[in-house]
Amino acid sequence: MSFDPHLAEIRFGTGLSPRLAPAQSAAALLARLRGPDEAAAAYPIEGWAGFQARLARAAELTEVRKAARNDAEALRAAKKQQNLHNKAARQARADWVVSMALRRAHTPDGFRERLTAFWADHFTVQGKFGIPRRGVAPFTESAIRPHVAGRFADMLIAATTAPMMLHYLDQASSIGPNAPEVKRRGGRAGLNENLAREVMELHTLGAGGPYTQDDVQQLAELLTGLSFTFEEGFVFRPRFAEPGPEVVLGKTYGGAEVPHLAEVTEALEDLARHPATARHLARKLAVHFVSDDPPEALIADMAARYAETGGQLAEVYAVLLDHPAAWTAPLGGNVKPPVDFIGSVLRALDVPAAKMPLGDERGFRIALAAPMQQMGQPWEQPNGPDGWPEADGDWITPQRYAARLQWLTSAPLLLLDEVPDPREVLQSALGPLAPEGLRFAVAAAQTRIEGLALAFAAPAFQRM
Amino acid sequence: MMGNRLNRRDFLWRSALIGCSAAASPLVTPMSFAAAPWENRLVVLILRGALDGLDALRPVGDPDFAALRPDRGAGTGVALDGAWELHPALAPLAPLWRAGELGFVNATSTPYRDKRSHFDGQDILEAGTTGVGQARDGWLNRMLQAVPGIEAETTYSIGRGDMLLTTGAAPVTNWSPDAALSLSPQTERLLVMVTHDDPLFRDALGEALVLSGLVAPGAAGEILQMAEMMEMAEGRAMDGGGTMDPGATQDARKALAEAAKAARGAGGYDALARFASQKLRAEARIATFSINGWDTHAAQHRTLQGPLESLASVLLTLRDELGPAVWGKTAVVAMTEFGRTARLNGTGGSDHGTAGLMIYAGGALRGQQVAGGWPGLAEADLYARRDLLPLSDVRAHAAGVMQGLFGLDRAVLEGQVFPGLDLSGAARLVL
Repeated sequence: MSFDPHLAEIRFGTGLSPRLAPAQSAAALLARLRGPDEAAAAYPIEGWAGFQARLARAAELTEVRKAARNDAEALRAAKKQQNLHNKAARQARADWVVSMALRRAHTPDGFRERLTAFWADHFTVQGKFGIPRRGVAPFTESAIRPHVAGRFADMLIAATTAPMMLHYLDQASSIGPNAPEVKRRGGRAGLNENLAREVMELHTLGAGGPYTQDDVQQLAELLTGLSFTFEEGFVFRPRFAEPGPEVVLGKTYGGAEVPHLAEVTEALEDLARHPATARHLARKLAVHFVSDDPPEALIADMAARYAETGGQLAEVYAVLLDHPAAWTAPLGGNVKPPVDFIGSVLRALDVPAAKMPLGDERGFRIALAAPMQQMGQPWEQPNGPDGWPEADGDWITPQRYAARLQWLTSAPLLLLDEVPDPREVLQSALGPLAPEGLRFAVAAAQTRIEGLALAFAAPAFQRM
Repeated sequence: MMGNRLNRRDFLWRSALIGCSAAASPLVTPMSFAAAPWENRLVVLILRGALDGLDALRPVGDPDFAALRPDRGAGTGVALDGAWELHPALAPLAPLWRAGELGFVNATSTPYRDKRSHFDGQDILEAGTTGVGQARDGWLNRMLQAVPGIEAETTYSIGRGDMLLTTGAAPVTNWSPDAALSLSPQTERLLVMVTHDDPLFRDALGEALVLSGLVAPGAAGEILQMAEMMEMAEGRAMDGGGTMDPGATQDARKALAEAAKAARGAGGYDALARFASQKLRAEARIATFSINGWDTHAAQHRTLQGPLESLASVLLTLRDELGPAVWGKTAVVAMTEFGRTARLNGTGGSDHGTAGLMIYAGGALRGQQVAGGWPGLAEADLYARRDLLPLSDVRAHAAGVMQGLFGLDRAVLEGQVFPGLDLSGAARLVL
């Protein structure tokens, strides 16, 4: 078994398009990934700098409101400004999710979209209140997407120092027990080990990895100082940092007279380089792209390339794409999670941007957000920092499969001017891989919309 | 199958095959609504994220407590007796306590130690094992496997996701109160056909069709009548043209808007509790769902409020919706993956710990007690000098409840349901 252009688009991309030709080899597919990011240019999503300006403006409006507290009219005006600012962020966020879906529908480089989603999930962040609740896509755009074909350590450092991560995993207010800031606050401050634990457990070594509670504690002390403000974004606060050296996995870090960021990045570089990290990431990629239970040889080969290349991710993907295990069981692979399912339907239908609910938050909620919630993937809101589940059985339950069917029988009517012939759609969506029995059933449907629903609800399309 | 074009004869043969080989599908298996093996009811709530037991049920009688938790707003809780105080968000449960229908097991934990990962912790809690990755099914399902005559209607796993707790060989119904499905009979039949060879999809579809009331249990024979399959195979309606009927677009928007509205309503845990009650009043005997949001690493005085309010509301909804007679035969147990640190951390929250609190309620249980013993909060009494020390295996208490409610054999509970368990440590919770 080796590279198959149709299967490659389905398994490693965002599905087959009636308009865009699949890459004909693994090298061509990787060349697209290393090339310019066309989809991002065509369907822009705000990067962190733009989002930071929204946070700064929110902080400013809070001050305006505070200053106005004794003046009823000024207070009303200030509240109104805040509401408008919040509403604009909510609308912008809806558009970013729609743009994410449009990239999937119209990109020549579906692998980049899949990898971006994979790594954004690996480094799951969420906003816990106010404007940061809209910040997941800008985080992804700036801290994840530029690194998906680069060096893992760079992505780890970008994600770990990103304001969204510091906010989500409570790092921004974690203070070393002996740091000067604790004295200033009369002892009412201290360490929070949330980020340190997840960096080891989820982001690098893995839950079964060779670390102890002491390592978590030491890394938490080393991470003190990483913080951010609404006004300036990321800041390193030496006054928050625990003085003295920390020992993580047997190696000593820090201890400089004035604590500085490089002590943290050094530890992150070492964690990225650790053999347990190589295996953890290799296994996770194989599970995500190939099978819930990937063959050991595939994991070992990917981990080996990771180690040889110092964590160059494109090199690891090359091993994956060249491996016979990646091409077994055409259309019998993993179930598409809702984001991939919806993206591949939009792509198969070639839904034009003009029909997507850009600038229409209610339309977005009806056509995408609520259906994804019902399918079990309320977008950007997984249950915890471990992100979305991988097992097929987590996605195809009676209630969640019902939600997919429900969406299929209505959404295409909203998103198209004309319902295409489902026999042709099936042909372009699965190409030569379409099973005969499914062709038969689709041809037997009573109406075009039901024919489409059948084509897309069939396991052959639902799996990848 | 590729390249091997099916002709009509093959197609009919295939349809016939579907008709007789689909016994494994819930759609085809007649679902019996006959009496379940017991009258007692069990509701298992999984509190995901690690509940801070020391804040939910405050050990105000312990001399070391005040120093560990200086910021909790003393005096705002509800005193149960001199030793314990309920978190203010649980105040609505005080009448349950007084009625003997609410109790706690303290200082209890799964056998999981030291790594303090939510995800491993939850896996062990639901798998009912002593370590990670020892079982692919959940303890509630293994309990069902040990009882003959269990039907899918006996046990409901409720909500949008499936739980490891109920995963396994025994039939369990998974459904969410806001799920719905409307398909034309023909589409439904064709779907049955195209999903038939993939058990995951076939079973999910079968269950969805039955649960949304589209298909009567056991109606598959009718669905798969060959004559109808032949009619379908004509492909007759495909030439109707694809121009959009504006009415159809409007209908589609309306349908999706209604679904979106239902989804919003279903966010509330009370809806899950009402749905569970409705099923438990009828044939169901076991129901389970999760309440999330317990991972209070920061500003706990604020972040713990919401989840505790949800929990209180769920317990009261269950009591009210089940009605006195059924509530009297009901046991609700709420379990979490582990406890949290004894000390508050530097950000007014608590980090991952070890022993925690099991909360239980229901007329079938012996309430108004804090069982499980108390290890104390002095630094030398803490586990690893940071966490509440575990005095018992939380699995024993769940096993004890099942033994008391359903009369299960001790050997089954200690061998099959919870491998490696010693049931003698179980608190006496069942009346």
